[in-house]
Parts: sequence; structure tokens; C-alpha cells
Amino acid sequence: MATTYRTCPRSGLQFERDAERLIKFNIVAGVLWLAFGGLLAIGVVLTRWPAIRWLEAHTFYMVLTAHGLDMLIFWLMFFEVAFLYFCASVLLRCRIATPKIAWLGFALMVIGSVLNNVTVFRGGSSVMMTSYVPMMAEPNFYLGIILFAVGALIGCAVFFGTLVVAQREKTYEGSMPLVTFGGLTAAIIMVFTLLSGAFIIIPAWLMSLGLMTVDPLIYRTVWWALGHSSQQVNVAMHVTIWYFVAAVVLGAKPMSERVSRVAFFLYILFLQLAAAHHLLGDPGLSTAWKITNTSYFMYLAVLASMLHGLTVPGAMEVAQRQKGFTKGLFEWLRKAPWSNPSFSSVFISLIGFGFLGGITGVMMGTEQLNLIIHNTIYVPGHFHATVVIGTTLTFMGVTYYLIPVLFRRELIAPTLARWQPYIFGLSMYFLCLVMMGAGTLGVSRRHWDMAFQGAAMAYEWPGAAYLMMALVGVGGIAAIIGGVIFIYIMLGSLLWGRKLEAGTARPTFTPVGRASPSMAAQTYGSIGFTAPGTFALAMVFLVAFVVYYFINWKYLSTLWGLS
Amino acid sequence: MSAILPPADRLWYKHPIDRVEGTWIAIALIWCIILFAMMTGWHVWGKQNLSTETYRSTPAQFMAKAQAMVDKYTVRTETEEKIPVVAPPAGSDVYLLARLWSFWPILELEKDKTYRLHLTSMDYNHGFSLQPANINIQIVPGFEHVVTVTPNESGTYSLVCNEYCGLGHHRMVSRLYVK
Repeated sequence: MATTYRTCPRSGLQFERDAERLIKFNIVAGVLWLAFGGLLAIGVVLTRWPAIRWLEAHTFYMVLTAHGLDMLIFWLMFFEVAFLYFCASVLLRCRIATPKIAWLGFALMVIGSVLNNVTVFRGGSSVMMTSYVPMMAEPNFYLGIILFAVGALIGCAVFFGTLVVAQREKTYEGSMPLVTFGGLTAAIIMVFTLLSGAFIIIPAWLMSLGLMTVDPLIYRTVWWALGHSSQQVNVAMHVTIWYFVAAVVLGAKPMSERVSRVAFFLYILFLQLAAAHHLLGDPGLSTAWKITNTSYFMYLAVLASMLHGLTVPGAMEVAQRQKGFTKGLFEWLRKAPWSNPSFSSVFISLIGFGFLGGITGVMMGTEQLNLIIHNTIYVPGHFHATVVIGTTLTFMGVTYYLIPVLFRRELIAPTLARWQPYIFGLSMYFLCLVMMGAGTLGVSRRHWDMAFQGAAMAYEWPGAAYLMMALVGVGGIAAIIGGVIFIYIMLGSLLWGRKLEAGTARPTFTPVGRASPSMAAQTYGSIGFTAPGTFALAMVFLVAFVVYYFINWKYLSTLWGLS
Repeated sequence: MSAILPPADRLWYKHPIDRVEGTWIAIALIWCIILFAMMTGWHVWGKQNLSTETYRSTPAQFMAKAQAMVDKYTVRTETEEKIPVVAPPAGSDVYLLARLWSFWPILELEKDKTYRLHLTSMDYNHGFSLQPANINIQIVPGFEHVVTVTPNESGTYSLVCNEYCGLGHHRMVSRLYVK
């Protein structure tokens, strides 16, 4: 049962045989779910486009249920398990712990996700991803999620096991790399998420079998510890990948290991509290509880994201300035490798996640402002900015890097790949903006017919709301085209891309050396700042944040008195 | 490439903080405190805070109270289903129930008067989305949520269900009048 380690001639990364195969299979499974979920997105956007309203109501709600689960849970978690293995095994040059058990986890994830989807498409489980009780899906809907979650938990356990093996076998010196540290953060949050899920999905499954009843409010409260925390796993993971891409594409070093790691640590402590965002309009939860939780305990998790938002581009700026791009505030950015799809994906993701996802997240998460946002289409506008622009686009970007390195294939269409992040990312920016626009006018999410045909007391939305929803359709279709291009390049390269040299395989690992000590970076930059351009961008962000925040309060103050 | 390599110093928490980071941490922290103060302060000085007064309730109990209000204060009925339009006195307890797939009854309130609005659902989760004011509250079955409301503008409002509640969800829409 001897394993081998191959050193990739293109990147210098060292891949252990079992780990390599596991990472590949998990990524491909994830990408297949992304492809399927993207197909379903066509049905969603063309139905919500009021002038088209393509699918029947019954089909629409079924497709929307599957779209949510396939994208938010299955695609992202498969990719996350893959990248956890990457962080532990590849970056620490360690054999993966218990590969057979890891394959068992993979099998459970595949079986669970397929079982869940088959059940949804039988038609009796159109309960949306949230499946609020007492509305019930068929038992296999829940069973599929449970099996998938057990599989993902096994993935986390294998990741932790690999860290232990690496330390015991001394495959690296000193502390683990920042990227592995970020992966560890994501894995810890993932365990919390999946255990919360078990706490509520298992009772819901028993309820669907008629064995018990679950209180609707308890269900909502605990479900969101699954539903929102799983999105926090995404945040931790895509920030980790930002650092990774900055390192491999630009050779960027973290500005300060201390700041970046403390920011990750704040995620572990506070990010899950954001689950309360979804419960601000609910009865029965006290004001003190809502304030403590929705502020992520006084916004310390927001602080963490604002830190990563500075340190990632800041590290890029320092690296670029060291290469000599020192003119003015922004030469480093102008001369950045914009035609490298890994870099452009990450940068578009970073800006979109901060400006569109981050700011709106704080709006929705403010107890009172939530009143003008709850359950409107503003909510999907927000999370498409965080999960699609933030996470999915980042995962796409790192996949471009992994195709030659991990899959050992040449990209089949490099020019198309160069444009894909712009097509996908920018149309997603547009989609999110118009969704939020429609949401500001009150348009509901998860709603088949905004014209309320057949209702005696139909409400007539303002014309602007109809226009926005039509633009949601346009932006959605453009984004789907961007997604199709990605799937074509990714799967096409795997199937018929030119094979690349594997590099020599050895029976033992070569230990990872430490990074060379950083030189005094203060010699670069200006006005005493190592990264003045990034600081200027951060100021623009702050101004946008402050202005938009107070505009919302101003609007809220004109509403009915509520107490 | 040091983000993917073990840091040069084992004790990463002793790594120096750059000036640009230090400045940003200070600014971001101040902003976070303002965010927190705004949300808490609005509970003291703001006029739009969602009440958390809640009671456990059953459909039968709630229906009895709603029916009593309807019997006493109905002024007319609307639509083919003859949904009662109820004009309860200012300051009173008013009841609104959500069920598959309608709201009942239709309320007629007075501008600048305060009411204790009781909300519940008879079956699944529903949404209370008051348009065009755009006030959105979750309605959860088994719980009676008492929200104190003071309408500040007269007109005909619409009440849209914005929590997915099954196949008739998109037809679940009602009215609310403010005189």
C-alpha cells in the first residue's frame, strides 16, 4: 500500500497519489452539480422575467428548490472538501489520512446529493431549500441531505487527520501556512454547520415519517445555523483561495501573518452568529438576542472581512510594487495580470464581494433595516453577490490554475478563458444590482407571478419593479452564458485537452521549507504606507458603505411607527 | 509565495503589523462600533422597531378572538368571497390571520392612531409584506405575534405573502385600508 508523491513540473507543488485522485473526483462532482444547477437557473430567470414567465408554477417551485440545493450546498461543498484535502495534503506535502474512509465520504456525498435531487424531481418536495416545517417534503429529501452531510463530515475528519499526520511525520517546519490555516477555519465552521444540520434535519426527516413533530420556530432557528453557517464556510474558503491565488499568481506574501490569522480566528468565533439575520422578522426572539447575534457580536466578524478585504489586495500591491510597478497610486493594479483568468476572477470576486455582498449583508443584518428587506428579492440579490461573485467565481478562478497543475491538461480555449471571468462576473454584478433594486421596491422572492393573476385583490407593482425583474432575466441569461463557457472549458480540457507531463513520482515526500524572512517592505509605497493604492480603494469602500447605510436609515424613518 | 509556505517565524502572532493595516483596523473598528451603536440607539430614539411580544397560540384560540372582532366591527364585505372589512376602534387589539392562501379579514385603520396588531398563521409559514410601504414580517404558525403599528399615511395598501407557502402562494394577496 505504498503511495507515491509526484512533483508538478509547472508549479513545484507535490501531489500524493491518493489525495490527488480524491481532489480530482471531488472537484469534478462539484462542477457537474454547478452545471446542472446552472441549467436550472435558466428556468428560474426566464420564469421570473414577467413578460416570459416560462415554467408552470408547479415546475418553477420544483426547479427553484433544486437550484438552491444544488448550487448552495452540493456544488460548493464538493469543491470545499476538495480544497480542504488540497490545503492539508498538497500544501503540507503529506499523505492523506485514511484514503479509504475519504472515499466512503465521497460516496455518501454522491449518493446523498443524487437521492435528494431525484426526490425533488418526483414533484412532491417543492419546499425550497429551507424546507420550513410544517410544510413537508418526502422523507428521502431529508435523507439525501443527511447522507450528504455525513459524507462531508467524514471529509472534515480526514482533513483534521491529515493535519495530525503531517505534524507527527514532520512534513513541514514551524507553523502551518496561512492558506492551510484558512482551510482549518473553514473546516471548523463546517463541522459546526453540519452538526447543526443534523440537529434539525434528522428531526424533520422523522417528522416526514410521522414519528415526531417539530416546532416551526425552533426549526427556523436551528435550520439557519445550518443554512447561514454553510455560507460562512464558503466565505472562509474563498478568502483562503484569495490568499492562495495572490501567492501563486503574483508571488504575494501576506502583509502580516498576525492580522490575517487573527481575522480568520474572528470568523470561527463570530461568523456563525449571522444565522440570526434570517430571524429578525420572526416572533418570539428577544431584542437582546437579535442584537447580539445579528451584529455578529458587535460586528467583529464584519471587522474580520474588512481586514481580509484590505490585506489580500494589499499583499498583491506590495508584490507588484516590488516588481517595480511603483508609479502613482494604481500602476500596480493597471499592470496586474488581467488576462490571467485566475487573477481576474479573484479580483472581480473581491470587489464584488465587498461592495455588493458585504455592504448589503450588513443592511439586511441590521435588526430594524431588515423590516424593509426581509423576504424580498433583495435577499437573493445579496447572496448572489456573496456566494456567486464571492465564492463561485473564486472557485472558478482557482480551477483555471488547477487544470494544468492538478489535472495535467492544457486549457482548450485560453482566449475564451481570458474573457470568461469578465462575462460571468460582470453580468452577475448587474444581476445582483437589479435584484436589489427590485427588492427595494418590495418585490417578493420565491414568487411565481408578480402580476397575481387570478387573485381578486391583486397588487400592481410600480413599473420600475417590472423593468428591474426583466433586467434580472437579462443579467441572469448573460451570467448563465458565462457559466456555460466555464463548464465547456473545464470539462472540455479534461476530456480532450492536451495531456501535460506529470513530473517524476517518488516514494517519499520532500519536506516543505519555511518562507524566507520578509524584507522590510517599508521601502516601497508612499506616504509611509506600503500599499497606498489599496488604502485608497478601502476608503472608497468605506464611503460607499457609510452613505448607503444612512440612506437606508433615512428611508426607514419615513415608515409607519412600529414598536 | 509565503501564504502557501510555513511562515518564517514560528510565532506568527509576533509578526509586525504594517502601518496601512494598523490604520485600517482602527478605522474599521470605529465603523463597527458606530454600526452597533446605531442599531441599539434606534431602539431608544427610533420609531421603527419590531415588537417581540409573542404568545403561543392555536388556530382555534386565535380564530375565536378574530371572529369576535369581525362580529363587532365589520363595516362591509369585499370580493366574491365576502371577506369582511373590519374597522376596529383606535388603540384596540386587531387580529389578522394568514392561511393557505389568503389573509383574513381586511383591516381598516385610522391614520396616526396606534393599534395592537396580532398576527398568526393557521398552517404554514407566511409572510406579511405591506406594499408599497415595504414593511416585511414573518408569520409563523403556533405563535401570536403582537406588533404595535401606527400608520402614518392614508391610502389603500396591499398585503402580499412573501414567504413561499405552496402552489397558491402567488395568489395570496389582500388589502389594508388606512383612512
